[in-house]
Amino acid sequence: MTDNRLSIEKSVPGRRGITFRNPLREKAVVSADMRRKTPPRLPEMSEFDAVRHFTKLSTLNYSVDTHFYPLGSCTMKYNPRLNEDAANMKGFTAVHPLAEDEAAQGTLEMLYNLSSRLTELTGMDGITLQPAAGAHSEFTGILTAKAYFMHRGETERTEVIVPDSAHGTNPATASMAGFSTINIASEPDGRLSLDKLKEKLGPKTAVVMLTIPNTLGIFESRIEEIAEAVHKAGALLYMDGANFNALIGLVKPGDMGVDLMHLNMHKTFSAPHGGGGPGAGAIAAKKHLLPHLPMPLIKKENGRFVCDYGDERSAGRVKSFFGNTGVLIKAYAYLLVHSAKETGDIARMAILNANYILAKLKDIYPCCSKEYCMHECVLTPGHDLTEKGIKTLDVAKALLDKGFHAPTIYFPLIVHEALMIEPTETESRETLDEFIKAMREIHEEGLANPEVLKAAPQHQTVKRLDEVTAARKPNIHW
Amino acid sequence: MYLPHSEKDKEEMLKATGASSFVDLIKQVPSKFLNPKYNIPEGMDEAQAARHLAGLAEKNRKVLNFVGAGAYERYTPAAVNAIIERGEFLTAYTPYQAESSQGTLQTIYEYQSCMCALYGMDCSNASMYDGASALAEAARAAVRVTGKKKIVYSGALNPQYVQVMKTYFANATEYEFVSCPLQNGKTNIENINRTVDEKTACFILQTPNFFGIIEDGEAIGAAVKAKGAMFVVSADPVSLGILKTPGEMGADFATGEGQSLGLPLSYGGPYLGIFTCTKPLVRQMPGRIAGMTVDKDGKRGFVLTLQAREQHIRRDKAASNICSNEALCALSATIYTTLLGPEGMRELAETNSGAAHATAEKLTAVPGIRRTFDGEFFNEFVITLPCDAEQLRRKILVKENIDIGLPLRQLFPGMNNELLVCATETKTMEDIDRLAKAVKENL
Amino acid sequence: MKPEELKYAKSHEWIKLGDEAVVGVSDYAQHEMGDVVFVELPKVGQKVEKEKQCAVVESVKSAFDILSPVSGTITAVNEAVAADPAILNQSPLDEGWLFKLKPENPADAETLLTWEQYQVFIKQA
Repeated sequence: MTDNRLSIEKSVPGRRGITFRNPLREKAVVSADMRRKTPPRLPEMSEFDAVRHFTKLSTLNYSVDTHFYPLGSCTMKYNPRLNEDAANMKGFTAVHPLAEDEAAQGTLEMLYNLSSRLTELTGMDGITLQPAAGAHSEFTGILTAKAYFMHRGETERTEVIVPDSAHGTNPATASMAGFSTINIASEPDGRLSLDKLKEKLGPKTAVVMLTIPNTLGIFESRIEEIAEAVHKAGALLYMDGANFNALIGLVKPGDMGVDLMHLNMHKTFSAPHGGGGPGAGAIAAKKHLLPHLPMPLIKKENGRFVCDYGDERSAGRVKSFFGNTGVLIKAYAYLLVHSAKETGDIARMAILNANYILAKLKDIYPCCSKEYCMHECVLTPGHDLTEKGIKTLDVAKALLDKGFHAPTIYFPLIVHEALMIEPTETESRETLDEFIKAMREIHEEGLANPEVLKAAPQHQTVKRLDEVTAARKPNIHW
Repeated sequence: MYLPHSEKDKEEMLKATGASSFVDLIKQVPSKFLNPKYNIPEGMDEAQAARHLAGLAEKNRKVLNFVGAGAYERYTPAAVNAIIERGEFLTAYTPYQAESSQGTLQTIYEYQSCMCALYGMDCSNASMYDGASALAEAARAAVRVTGKKKIVYSGALNPQYVQVMKTYFANATEYEFVSCPLQNGKTNIENINRTVDEKTACFILQTPNFFGIIEDGEAIGAAVKAKGAMFVVSADPVSLGILKTPGEMGADFATGEGQSLGLPLSYGGPYLGIFTCTKPLVRQMPGRIAGMTVDKDGKRGFVLTLQAREQHIRRDKAASNICSNEALCALSATIYTTLLGPEGMRELAETNSGAAHATAEKLTAVPGIRRTFDGEFFNEFVITLPCDAEQLRRKILVKENIDIGLPLRQLFPGMNNELLVCATETKTMEDIDRLAKAVKENL
Repeated sequence: MKPEELKYAKSHEWIKLGDEAVVGVSDYAQHEMGDVVFVELPKVGQKVEKEKQCAVVESVKSAFDILSPVSGTITAVNEAVAADPAILNQSPLDEGWLFKLKPENPADAETLLTWEQYQVFIKQA
């Protein structure tokens, strides 16, 4: 039986965890009229009870450490523990963000080195490490583009072009930055339609946002022509780097005509996902865009590392202080242990693993694309399953009971009942074989006993949850 | 380095795909782009990398720190790290498959509850990137709700927060940002009445403010509401262990920087944006929200809820583009708050107040140094030195390995001799004596 | 409401024409949406445009833009459905109405579908 009581329900008045015995407390000065009227309704537990409470909760989770986690577009690879040790080194954790450059030379050198490696891998000229996540990076990138055009006096560029296969953050970002979004329908093979792009490109276009490879795991083979068309219209080509795991060490986006792109440290660069964050992002850009990036950028002057705050051409600040340095260290540690070839092997093996799964499942879970995939593939339940009323959701829930975290479901939106599978390069062949076996069993079970599948999961902490009441009558705090 | 594939694996797997070679497998990629030259150093083994990293960490100066200004040195209890290092929390992802993520979901619910308790508000989301972006999103929400385009903020709002807020409005000229002048380092009701009008979407207050002064939130809130504007408050969560809450002040949105709840300084992140609001505004909250519900068998469970507000569904009509947040940091803050409880939070707040007041007493006893503003303060305060603050800071840093505080010139031009000094519960009387001695000797 | 007496838009809204027209979503639409969890209605006095978004209906996993079938000014909104969105699923043609408006231009209604035409349209979908 799982104890699903909240910490507040386990509380007993008067119980304490941490106490404070610093004698300086006696010198506190807080006037009566400044004080809150009632104490906050927080748990009252001993340290031990609190530790037990949270430890038990942890065991209710699926995680990369415990389960194969093939979420497409999320790159759930192994999170090396060296990264954690690095981020926890006291020398790094103790540095105040407003410390003078003089007091932070170690951190600044780390950031400088990381910046160099990332610009080299992306084929760009400079990079800001300020954004805290992927979506935050996209926002940063679009603002950088906006600042660029503003300084050129091109204020009539108010549109951002986005393929209909794009992640929701792309159009959401464009809106936040004050642009209107032009959606382009994809070709039947999932790629961007060059003709439709040329139709929509014009003097009002600021940026074209492309994910490469795209969200179907397919590479935009006509990228040169696309970049040419974009530049001819005077617009910028932004690459959403969420799928960089397919390109790292193999292809430099800068070579393909990309003007600026973002990176996710918590995807390609192995920083852990933490249950939904923290991540860290970056915007790498070509020379003409560098003055417009959020500042500071790290420079090396006379053997010392300094923060360069740029000037008024910068797009502004998207976050307080430097960036998610504690996460950036993890990306740095990861890159340290890979030579150039080994970096390329990350992408090569990611691509091999995804194609292996595609080859072994496409007979019963059709793929709309007839080509090889890159680092992820999008499948869907076949007619034989759907005519029994089986949906992607049911397949996902059944996988949970077989000991696998489900792939991404219902994304991208342009594929009906999509199942997006990204195994990543750190998974062994045995694990992939087990996953393939489980998926084939689910297919069998779905044909034989659809009702059983639709009742999945049966063996998790809870069964399917009433999300309707949760949304109609939200209960979001005790 | 972390690849499990043997040569045999690669051969057999490639064969299974039907491709004749790896080059065949990636034929979608134009060959001219493949395998460029990379100018990257040789790969290290783990021991070498660990040594290199430790070497870099050593290059940072070990200082006795008296700088606050939005990031506060805390002692993180060992139990917090023991939990967040667990792989089940560290390496899990966003709880989209609720049945296999009840651990994460319940902790998010508990986080939301703790933040509502601290801030005295009705609703909280699952976290945002930091205090600055949380405040920026609150301002955007106020503009969305009221349809008005003018934002007035206290002149004592953290200048970085002002910058982030303006950036979040994408520098669009249709919005007007007005700084409300201060008096003696505090927000002034007359000035509020002058600057806030019927075109104003919201007034933004920070308390304790950037100078460490505790603002009279209730009176300010009343004045703002009387003008028909929304009231947005940014508050340090540790101060709320004892000080009046934004809820008591009548705030519509209350935000804050959760780094203060035991997260390491780490040169700026990862931190934690706290975002709360009143019940009628719950759908205006960006980001994820966890809710309690029941499963098919009537058993209690937790699930991400109100998702139709978010980017993956609303796309260009979403309130915000936020996807990943600071989940593990929120968990850390939740464990910290749970370990302390209401009594511990009060003791922590009092210890901060005591440390700062002891420091102020010792520094103002040095001839030539006085407090710049005389309002009641929490854990930081501004002093006016008889010399240039930046120069003194640098001198003492190099000589004594003490960072005496944040000089204000960069953020408030003209305040050349002013220094913002912070003392948290991590300071002892010996530390403070050492600071006072260093300052006195180097003036 | 009798379904035959209503006109329909291709985006699945129905309208009962008159000096004060009534608008809601069809039974087909509520079925496709699934359980409705939230309804965002326009404000009384608001001007709305034909085929432009003026309301939103949310289910757990999706949000649906409601487009006004004709241009006009909002005269009333259904507070009951805002308070209890389930009503929209239970009674999309009656208690689940969304808003009422004073139409601006009689010609707007000419492009709308009849009940029979709408049936044909959804069969093809």
